[in-house]
Amino acid sequence: MTAELIVFSILALVAIATALGMLFSESAVYSALFLVLNFGTVAVFYILLNAPFIAMSQVSVYAGAIMVLFLFVIMLLGTGLLPATKALPWQKPLAFILALVLAGESVYLLFIRKATSGEIPQPVETFGSPHGVGQALFNLYLLPFEITSILLLVAMVGAIVLTQKEKKKESSDG
Amino acid sequence: MMFFFLVPWIVFFPVMGLLVNIVFGGRFSEKVIGTVASLASGLAFVVSVLLAYSVAQHPEAVAVFLAPWMHIGGLQLDWTFRVDSLSTTMMLVVSGVGTLIHIYAIGYMHEDVRFKSDPKRFARFFVFLNLFIAAMMILVSGDSYMMLFVGWEGVGLCSFLLIGFWYEMDTLGRSSWANSNAARKAFIVNRIGDFGFLIAGFLMFWKLGSFRFDQVFAAAPSADPAIIVAITLFMLIGVAGKSAQIPLYVWLPDAMAGPTPVSALIHAATMVSAGVYLITRSAPLYMLVPQAQYIVAMTGAVTALFAAMIAVGQYDIKKVLAYSTISQLGFMVAAVGMGAFTAGMFHLITHAFFKALLFLSAGSVILGMERGHHYLAHGSAHESHGHEEHHEEVRRTATEGSVEVFDPGDMRNMGGLRKTLPVTFWLYIIGTLALAGIFPFAGFWSKDEILAEASLTGFTAVYWLLVIAAFFTAFYMGRQIWMVFFGEPRHEAAAYAEESPKVITVPLMVLAALSILGGALNLPGIHTLTAWLEHTLTFIKPGEFVMSVALISTGLALLAIFISWLLYGRNPLKADQPDPLKKPLGFIFTGMENKWFVDEGYWAVIINPFVKISQFLADVIDQKFWHDWVHDTVIAGTYNWLSNIALNRYADEKGIDSFANWLGNATKNLSEAARKVQNGFVRTYALSVLLGVVLILGYLLLK
Amino acid sequence: MVDVTYYVVLSAILFTIGALGVLIRRNPLIIFMSIELMLNAANLAMVAFTRVRLVLEGQIFVFFVMTVAAAEVAVGLALLVAIFRTKHSINIDEMNSLKG
Repeated sequence: MTAELIVFSILALVAIATALGMLFSESAVYSALFLVLNFGTVAVFYILLNAPFIAMSQVSVYAGAIMVLFLFVIMLLGTGLLPATKALPWQKPLAFILALVLAGESVYLLFIRKATSGEIPQPVETFGSPHGVGQALFNLYLLPFEITSILLLVAMVGAIVLTQKEKKKESSDG
Repeated sequence: MMFFFLVPWIVFFPVMGLLVNIVFGGRFSEKVIGTVASLASGLAFVVSVLLAYSVAQHPEAVAVFLAPWMHIGGLQLDWTFRVDSLSTTMMLVVSGVGTLIHIYAIGYMHEDVRFKSDPKRFARFFVFLNLFIAAMMILVSGDSYMMLFVGWEGVGLCSFLLIGFWYEMDTLGRSSWANSNAARKAFIVNRIGDFGFLIAGFLMFWKLGSFRFDQVFAAAPSADPAIIVAITLFMLIGVAGKSAQIPLYVWLPDAMAGPTPVSALIHAATMVSAGVYLITRSAPLYMLVPQAQYIVAMTGAVTALFAAMIAVGQYDIKKVLAYSTISQLGFMVAAVGMGAFTAGMFHLITHAFFKALLFLSAGSVILGMERGHHYLAHGSAHESHGHEEHHEEVRRTATEGSVEVFDPGDMRNMGGLRKTLPVTFWLYIIGTLALAGIFPFAGFWSKDEILAEASLTGFTAVYWLLVIAAFFTAFYMGRQIWMVFFGEPRHEAAAYAEESPKVITVPLMVLAALSILGGALNLPGIHTLTAWLEHTLTFIKPGEFVMSVALISTGLALLAIFISWLLYGRNPLKADQPDPLKKPLGFIFTGMENKWFVDEGYWAVIINPFVKISQFLADVIDQKFWHDWVHDTVIAGTYNWLSNIALNRYADEKGIDSFANWLGNATKNLSEAARKVQNGFVRTYALSVLLGVVLILGYLLLK
Repeated sequence: MVDVTYYVVLSAILFTIGALGVLIRRNPLIIFMSIELMLNAANLAMVAFTRVRLVLEGQIFVFFVMTVAAAEVAVGLALLVAIFRTKHSINIDEMNSLKG
C-alpha cells in the first residue's frame, strides 16, 4: 500500500461519486457541477500519469470551456424538471442490466489478459510536457493538427448557422 | 418410218384442245369451239393411224416411256405408253368414232343449248368431251394396271360430268334433281366397280409383285391359282361396273339423261367397252383360270338376255338403245369370257359403229320432234326467238304441275317419221340391220363369230342364252322401227318434224358406211383382225365359221323382225293405244316395262337401309352420343369441371391463393410488428446500440 | 505508479456510468454530459497506456479527442437550442418524429 495507491483510491472514489452524482441528480445545474468536479479529478489523474499538458488542457478546455458552454445552455433552456414519464417502462431496468453486463465484460476482459509485464519503466522528464507534445504535434502530426483547426472553424460556423433565426422571406424579387 | 414416239400426243392433243376451250371458250364462237375440239380429237386419230401403221411394220409391242411416277420400295411405276396391236385398235376406235361424234355434237348442241336456254354452256360440253378422249386414251394405252386405272377413273369422272351436264334440270328441261341424280348414280355404281378393280390391283401387287402388264403376265403362271381366280373375279366386278353387267348395270339407262352425243360416245361406243378391253388385255390371266372364265361368260350371257327382255317393254327411244347396249356388252363380255377375244374385240368395234350410228340418229329424231313441237308453238322452227320464252314457260308451269310437258323421245308420240325425216330414216334402218345381225352388215359377222365360238367351245348354256338374246334384239329393234318411222304420227309434233342439218347427218353417213363395211375387218377365212391381235394375244386362234350357227341366227333374226311387223307394223299403233304385247304377256310385260323392278329392289334392300343406318349413325351415334354426350358432357364437362372446380376453386383459390395471401398477410403482420421497433425514442436506439456492443463483446470474449 | 489495471478499471466504470446516463436520462443536456463523461473515460485509459508504454502518440490522440469533443459539444448544443426553439421542450422522448 503505497501512498500513490491511497491517493489513487481516494481520487477514484471521488471520480465515481461525482459521476454518479451527475447521473442521478435531478437538477441540470447540479449535474453540470458534478461533472466539473469529475473533470478536475481526471485532470489530477493525468498529472499522476505524467501528462501535464493534457491535464492542463483538460482543465482549460473541458472543465473550463465545455462545461461553461453547458451551463450557458442550461441557463437558456431552463432547468425545468421533466415530468415523470410513462413511456418505455422497460428502459431503465434493461439499461441497468446491460450496463452491469458491460462493466462485467470489460473487467473480465481485463483480467484474462495478464500479459503485461510487472515493471513500469520510468519516463523522461520531458515526457508529456508541453515541449514534448508540441514536438510531436508540430512535426509528425502537423496535418491532423491543421485539419483539427478547420474542424473547429466548421463547428463554429455550424453552431452559428444552426442557431440563426430564420430570416423572413423578402417580399421584393425580380 | 416408225412413229412410236408420237404416242403421248394421243393424250396431249385432246388436253390442249380442252385447255384452249376452257380459257378462250367464252370468247370464241360456237363453230370455233367445236372445230378446236374436233380438231384435237381428229389429230389424236391421225396419230393413232400413224401408230397403227408403225405397229404393222413392227408387230412386237413397244413401250414408250414418258415420265416417272412412283418409285417407292418395291413399287416401280412410270407413265409409260404401250403401243401394240390391241391398244392401237382401241385408240383407232375411240378417236375415230370420237371425232365423228365431236362433229355431230357441234350441230346437236347448237340446238340443244337453245332448247334448254343456256347458250353459254356450249364450250363446257366440248371441254368435257375432250377430257373424255384424253382419259380414254390413257386407259387404252397404259402399260400398267395403275395407268389403266387412272384412265378408268378419268372416264368415270367424265361420264359423271357429261350425264349431269344439264344438272339443274331433267331431260325435258324442267327444274329438277333428275339429271344430277342420274350422274351421281353412275358415279357411285361405277365406284363399286372401281372397288373391285382396286382389290384386284392390290392382290396383283401383293402376290405378283408389280402392276405392269408384262411383269404380271410373266409372274402369273407360277402363282397360286386361287389368287389368280380372286384377281380375275374382282376385276370382273370392275368390268360389271364400267361395262354395265349384272348387277351394276343400273346406271346406264339413267345415263340417258345426258345429251345424245354423250350417250353415243360414252355409253355406247367407248367407255363401256373399257371393261371388255380390260378383260382382253388380261387374257393371259383369264386363260389360266377356266372357272373364272365360266363365271365371266355366264355373267355376260345372262346380262345379254336380261337387258334384251327389258328393252322390249321400253317406250323411250333412247332407253331402248340403252338396254340394247347393255345386252350387246353382255355379248362382248360373254365372248371374252369364253376365250374368244377376237370375237369380243370384233364385236366391240362393230358395235361402236352401229350403236353410235343408232344413238346419233335417235338424237336426230329427237331434234326433229323438238323442231316440230316448236313449229306448233311458234310457227316455223327456223324462227330463233321465242325458244327461250317457251321453255321458261314450260319450266315454270311444269313445276306448278299444271301443264303436261311434251317428251320428244317418247315413241308413243312418234310415228310416220320416214316421210318427214327421210335421211335419218335410212340411217336408222342401216343401224338396225347391223345390230340385228342381218347379212351382210357388220353386226352379222361379229355376232355370228361369238355365237360360233360359244357353240364350239362347249359353253352350251351361254350359247342358248345368247341366241335367245339375239332373237329379242331383232324383235325390239323391229318394234322400234315400226313404232317410230311407220304408221301415222300420233302427235302433231311428229307431223311437223324437220330433218337435221348436214353437220348432223354427214358424220352419221360415215358411221353408216362403217356399219355396212365393218364386217370386212374379220371375214371368216381372211381373219384380218385375228392376225392383227395375234401380235399381242399370242395364243388366239382364228375363229371358225359354222354355217349352221349363222343360218340359225339369221333365221331367228328375220323371224323376230317378222313377228314385230305382225304386232307393230301391220296395224300401226294409234295414239293412246296400249302396247299390243300388254294383254297377252300380262305381268311379264309389266316386268319388262318396269325393268324387272331391279332399281326398286336396290332401293329397298340396299339404299334405303343404308340411308337409314347412316342417318342413325349421324343423328344418334354421332350427334347425340358422340357430340352431345362424349364431347360435351364427358370431355368438355370433365375438363371444365377439372379446370374450374378442381383446379380453379380448390387448387388455385383454396390452395395457392390461400398460401399466397398468407404470405402477404404474414409479411404485413411481420412488418407491422417490426415497425414498432421504430418508436422514435432516441433512448431506445441508444439502448439497442449498447445491446449490440454488449453482445459483440460477449461473443468475442467467449470465442 | 499504480498498476495500469486500476486505471483501466476506473475508466471502464466511468464509461459504464456515462452509458447509463445516455440511456436513462431524458434531459438532453444530461445526455450530452454523459457522452462527455464517456469520452473522458476513454481519454483516461489512453493516457494510462501511454504512461505504461512510453509512446507519446496516446497523448497526442487524447489532444485531438478533446478538440473534437469541444467542437462536437458546440454544434450539439447549438442543435439543441434550435430544437428547443421549435419544440419548446427538452424532453427527449418528445423528439420522436422519426417514429415508424
